Amino acid sequence: MPTPKIGVFVCHCGLNIERTVDTGAVAEALSEHPGVTYVSDYDYMCSDPGQRKVIDAITEHRLTGVVVAACSPAMHEPTFRRAAEEAGLNAYLVEMANIREHCSWVHHDRKEATAKAIRITKTLVEKVKGNHPLDPVQIDHVDKCLVIGGGITGIQAALDVAESGFQVILVEKEPSIGGHMAQLSETFPTLDCSSCILTPKMVEASRHPNIELLTYSEVLDVSGYVGNYTVRIRKNPTYVDPDKCNLCGECEKVCPESTASEFERGLTERKAIYIPFQQAIPSSYTLDESTCLGLRPLRCSECAKVCEPGAIDFDMQPEIIEEEVAAIIVATGFELYPIFNLGEYGAGDVPDVIDGLQFERLLSASGPTGGEVRRPSDGRIAKRVVFVQCAGSRDPENHNPYCSKICCMYTAKHALLYRHAVPDGEAIVFYIDIRAGGKGYEEFVQRATEEERIEYLRGKVARITRDGDHVVVWGVDTLSGKRVELEADLVVLAMSMDPHPSTAGLTKALKISCGGEGFLKEAHPKLRPVESLTAGVFVAGAGQGPKDIPESVAQGSGAAAKAIGLLAKEKLIHSPEVVSIDEDICGGCGVCVGMCPYTALSLNGAGVAECNEVLCEGCGTCVSACPTGAAQLMNMTDTQIREMIKVALVDV
Amino acid sequence: MSDRTGPFEPKIVAFLCRWCSYAGADLAGVSRMEYPPNVVPMRVNCSGRVDVEMVLAAIEKGADGVLIGGCHPGDCHYVSGNYKTRRRVALIKRALSEIGIDPRRVHLEWISASEGHKFQQTITQFTQRIRDLGPSPVPAAAGAKVGGNG
Repeated sequence: MPTPKIGVFVCHCGLNIERTVDTGAVAEALSEHPGVTYVSDYDYMCSDPGQRKVIDAITEHRLTGVVVAACSPAMHEPTFRRAAEEAGLNAYLVEMANIREHCSWVHHDRKEATAKAIRITKTLVEKVKGNHPLDPVQIDHVDKCLVIGGGITGIQAALDVAESGFQVILVEKEPSIGGHMAQLSETFPTLDCSSCILTPKMVEASRHPNIELLTYSEVLDVSGYVGNYTVRIRKNPTYVDPDKCNLCGECEKVCPESTASEFERGLTERKAIYIPFQQAIPSSYTLDESTCLGLRPLRCSECAKVCEPGAIDFDMQPEIIEEEVAAIIVATGFELYPIFNLGEYGAGDVPDVIDGLQFERLLSASGPTGGEVRRPSDGRIAKRVVFVQCAGSRDPENHNPYCSKICCMYTAKHALLYRHAVPDGEAIVFYIDIRAGGKGYEEFVQRATEEERIEYLRGKVARITRDGDHVVVWGVDTLSGKRVELEADLVVLAMSMDPHPSTAGLTKALKISCGGEGFLKEAHPKLRPVESLTAGVFVAGAGQGPKDIPESVAQGSGAAAKAIGLLAKEKLIHSPEVVSIDEDICGGCGVCVGMCPYTALSLNGAGVAECNEVLCEGCGTCVSACPTGAAQLMNMTDTQIREMIKVALVDV
Repeated sequence: MSDRTGPFEPKIVAFLCRWCSYAGADLAGVSRMEYPPNVVPMRVNCSGRVDVEMVLAAIEKGADGVLIGGCHPGDCHYVSGNYKTRRRVALIKRALSEIGIDPRRVHLEWISASEGHKFQQTITQFTQRIRDLGPSPVPAAAGAKVGGNG
């Protein structure tokens, strides 16, 4: 190997690094390190003039490798690798020494932090000395995109990708697309009717020639890699042929079995054969096997007897569909925090204590009460309604620690719509504080509090119980310091938002991670909000964190744009930092083959291991297991690591 | 700095997996969570890349402690690398105690990308543990070879 000429570029990051790390001392210490032929330090290495310094130094000093001592590689590794390529230096001969996140930001003692920064930088110099120039692996890809979740986010994403000319498979677990938005009455702050703005999009998605809709379907597993994922989807049998079903509804009339309606959130019942709501897409009935008297053996078949078009097929089987897709958008959405967890608010045992989505159904013209605010217990019009914000939110001791973000706004909307529906009714809102950050949001809350005579009490509700005909609400008005005891006809809890329960299983199948609260984790909270850490898998909507409709739609479009960017590429690039096998040393024991989670390794005809670089993800598990050292991870070999360890431990 | 004239300050190397623990360390940084500066982190793609020799090499070269950070069980970016690490670390610990080195000098921790606080806690507690254990019994100034029949 030629004598290394390594350039070390130490960034001040303004004062972010310089405040605790003496960057001059780091540069000086590194200038004496074997193999380092050029050092420089600068205010902002990532700026244009900073990158120019790197480029010029590579050319002038004929550098064979570069270490930028600055921020996390997650931040600027691509920046400097691109810059190096501009100067004709292979991108894989550039490494980042993370002296900001791992050093200057977490230490105070300047002397100690400087010493650590020197050690960190030296380890990366040793790594670069052993790096080889590599060419990215180019791979072909299919032209399809999978969208998981048919709520507003998934619909938006699917439409955007489809409009760009690529094929989309939209998978929805429920019998209809539409998600929670289909349940809403009107939307804040404009009071648009939710169905009126959603259903045209649902229809568009179902009719789009580039979208294949798979409802009542679940993603079973995913294998492969970016550009070439293989997805297995189970399409559950609806026992009704959607092409034949004419929505006459005769089957529903004769069906003897019923259960709580999911769409009406238990406020009414539905039959075993049902359509979730009138504008459901696909517009067809579904026979819910778990509620039906029994299909195997057939115990009833009343529905089939009355079905004129003969749409009902009791022999329908679950279908396993295998699809090849290049990109996956995960838009699994949310579910409300279970009311059963809120013992202090009756745990769901008080019939007139309902959650926000149930109240949406009461307000909806297509809901069980036709838009009249009638109590679930006795059907009377509710004359006094208490709204409780932060139910299950912002309570780290007992419930979810986070703010669910949309509840302040929808509670204001609920109270306002209630006052319109029941003009002589009384609306009282308990709140901790009002968070109305959004275009037109603050104005909307002002309107609710000032023009609509809605009483806002600042304080948390401690307990809700049933007292005969009434619901009793105990709380504190913290502004007057007085205890409050209110008798209400109806209590509406602004429940916290949880990630949808299906999220956890799905993230395992997709090999993407969740944050502490179970929401989908993005690659970077600010700069890569719709990407996951797995290439080709994108996240969007309320499954990533509580958000309202405009934000969900924006994320759906954002994720779609990312997917389109990938689909539009002729070839995809795969990291060349993969495993290589030294055939001269390999003894053909095959230990590595069993270790590889990607089936990238196999024993070839000559009885030695072979690595398929397209399948190899570069984890290096096989390298640690290889008894001879024949398997090595490119640019992270055993030798490199040993040299790195050595300098990590020297006194500086 | 880290000359050993003052009170004992251990030298620790950490192998952090790129997707979880290294990112958790990044988050600790972004959140400005302070912890002792004794640990030099090294990024590996997967905790499954950490092998017995790497840990022994670190101890041989003068590390008083070795920390390995991986994704939580079930969350490994590479499906199952962390399970293999768990088995290897158990092996390493047994090997260490047989050659007279306290196995507590090697520690494996699951730290996710969203656990900046856990990273801070881990570094702080592990550093303190090694301070309490004292300098490594391996007779090595940095880079020195372990004695012939030592």
